[in-house]
Amino acid sequence: MTNHPPTSTAARPSAAKLALYGLVPVVLLVALLFVLVRTGALRALHGDAPPVEIVSVERLTLDDHGMTLQVLNDGPDPVRIAQVMVDDAYWQFTQEPAGELGRLGRATLRIPYPWVDGEAHEVVMVSATGVTFAHEIPVAVATPRPNARLVSLFALVGLYVGVLPIALGLLWYPLVRTISQGALDFVLALTVGLLLFLLVDTAHEGLEVASGIASSYQGVALFTFCAIFAFAAVEVLGAWLRGRRQQVSAAWVTALLVAIGIGLHNFGEGLAIGTAVRLGEISLGTLLIVGFMLHNTTEGLAIVAPLSKEPLRIGRLLGLGLVAGAPTIPGAWLGGFLYSGFWSAVFLAIAAGAIAQVVVEITRGVVAGRPLADLVRSAPVVAGLAAGFGVMYLTGMWIG
Amino acid sequence: MNHDPNDQPTASAHAEARAAAHAEESTPVATKLSRRNVLAVAGLGALAGVGARRVQGAAAGDLPHRLGVDHAHHQLGVVGKFDKSIFDPNAFLRSFNFSHLPPERRSRFYRETPRPDGTLEREYEIFAVDREIEIAPGVSFPAWTYNGEVPGPTIRATEGDRVRVRFVNQGAHPHTIHFHGWHEPEMDGSMPEHQVAPGGEFLYEFDADPYGLHLYHCHAAPLKRHIHKGLYGTFLVDPRGGRPPRGEAVDEMVMVMNAFDTNFDGGNEVYAVNTAAHFHMAEPVRVKVGQLVRIYLVNVTEFDLVNSFHLHGMFFDVFRTGTRLESLETTDNLMLCQGERAILETRFRYPGQYMFHAHQSEFAELGWMGLFEAA
Repeated sequence: MTNHPPTSTAARPSAAKLALYGLVPVVLLVALLFVLVRTGALRALHGDAPPVEIVSVERLTLDDHGMTLQVLNDGPDPVRIAQVMVDDAYWQFTQEPAGELGRLGRATLRIPYPWVDGEAHEVVMVSATGVTFAHEIPVAVATPRPNARLVSLFALVGLYVGVLPIALGLLWYPLVRTISQGALDFVLALTVGLLLFLLVDTAHEGLEVASGIASSYQGVALFTFCAIFAFAAVEVLGAWLRGRRQQVSAAWVTALLVAIGIGLHNFGEGLAIGTAVRLGEISLGTLLIVGFMLHNTTEGLAIVAPLSKEPLRIGRLLGLGLVAGAPTIPGAWLGGFLYSGFWSAVFLAIAAGAIAQVVVEITRGVVAGRPLADLVRSAPVVAGLAAGFGVMYLTGMWIG
Repeated sequence: MNHDPNDQPTASAHAEARAAAHAEESTPVATKLSRRNVLAVAGLGALAGVGARRVQGAAAGDLPHRLGVDHAHHQLGVVGKFDKSIFDPNAFLRSFNFSHLPPERRSRFYRETPRPDGTLEREYEIFAVDREIEIAPGVSFPAWTYNGEVPGPTIRATEGDRVRVRFVNQGAHPHTIHFHGWHEPEMDGSMPEHQVAPGGEFLYEFDADPYGLHLYHCHAAPLKRHIHKGLYGTFLVDPRGGRPPRGEAVDEMVMVMNAFDTNFDGGNEVYAVNTAAHFHMAEPVRVKVGQLVRIYLVNVTEFDLVNSFHLHGMFFDVFRTGTRLESLETTDNLMLCQGERAILETRFRYPGQYMFHAHQSEFAELGWMGLFEAA
């Protein structure tokens, strides 16, 4: 044996060989599966255990013709929906497409049931084997249809909840420009504190939605992946923007990333609002709008905090406000008219990942070469973190 | 449902009150409300609306209220048709001692031999067998049955007859037949030593006594499961010479009020008379105007404490347990506890359809509802 490292030409096989090496196990796996399925060899493992039947309701629509349910076979075995009961009464229904639902098969059930405004109902599907799948309607309200009035209503809600409070928060810009380094540390730590609150809140909401969707979608894994992916994507975006430094300073990049993170969060907030209207879980009152406004105004401060040493650029500032606030509006539309648990989980995960990246981003800015351990012990930073989290926590109480 | 929200000055207040009520009840609704999915918008001019407007929908006078829903036809009730080749409720209704079977098949399950004192010896072949039955169109139930059907075959004797029931257990669990009526303790089918193991058999033998409407059911433990899985039937004993009025053709039928827990959660998903949910809504029980109709009504519903029988547009005479020949009660709604039974007699005055059902609306809507058609 020689100690010479193998030369690259001798060691590296051709591309065709590489492909072959990669494909051999895959081809064999496919062949093995084919044989197992065709010969029925796996049936012995199944024994005579009863089928596992799971049907979940992905979407419910209430209108003048009754109820419409979009259902998904979320279990491993085929399911035939034989009967439907509403509020403990067998009821007429039609299924489209008719017949058995295969694995991940979907169908639409139309039930001409005279549901009652503002009251609770329960729909139970009974399978051919007698298994029951219940779907609760906590408060029945007619499902909003995308007409001009509702579209503008949702836009107005988004304006009140997202755009206006953030725009007001941006007016702290002159303040952050004039304060001392210690005060600035406080403000930036406060920003980190409130972003941490949003991170916890978004992740909680997202995981809740994720765990409620059909189990085939593996909601928690989906959430985790999307959050990590979003974190990396915002990181890459930041690096790319900083690479174009002749046009944009690092501080503006940070501010933009903060605005994007908050914007994604507010998109999720819009989704939740729209969904709540759709599901009748919403109660429309002044108190909660006020709560949202107080809550979200501080988000504007988070955007301007990194800009303490930057000259005023009104156009850019307004742009950041829109990036952070405006997504509430499409979020509300989407949640109100096209609710999907799957996409809600995805969007909330993206928001959580983006906010996490922004927290890292701002922390880097605050640290700016100073020892992190000293900084964490410093009074302005501790006070800022506590104040940021505390403000969000207390204003959050208004919203329930 | 299409009015201007501005016409509803109290709408938002109403909605807030509703939300508050939800919050206080700590219902599932309340627990679902979170920081983000509760939002209040009233007082913001054009924002007032959505939920609030809906609350006031009906009150605002746009009746007829809902719905493109078709109210001219029954929307209530099961969907689809029963497979009557498995079990025909029409045949079961008026079948006594396997009378619905052709003679050569009937003799395999039922034989009668005259005895010197003028009574009969009646021999029955009853077997327990596990079988999937259909309880609502397209909904199967993994039943334990007597002779493959639920309810089991109606056994009918006359007071003083000798009843000999050869019971063969073809099921996967130990079973028995516990007859109501006078008999010796060893014929009771209720004690652990009375259980007939799978593959085993037993001969139940006793005199039919007293006359009346009784029942039989499995008494192996756990009792609830052995009964609600389907091991029950009607045991009818006629008085000597039959029930009055004598010499008149009486339209007799057996209605066993039963129910099924399809998902085994200790509550019933399907209710019926004679197993088939809403069957007689689609195929009414045909009767003749003026003829005496006698209903042998047996309640074997499990889980629910009582069941009931309500007949529309009419009254009926009640003979509780059928052990007296005089009726002490005339009503249109009779309540029976688990295991209780009664004979009902009436005559239809007018041609047409008459609904009958449990007066527990829930049971009625879950399958225990049917029609008589008098002609």
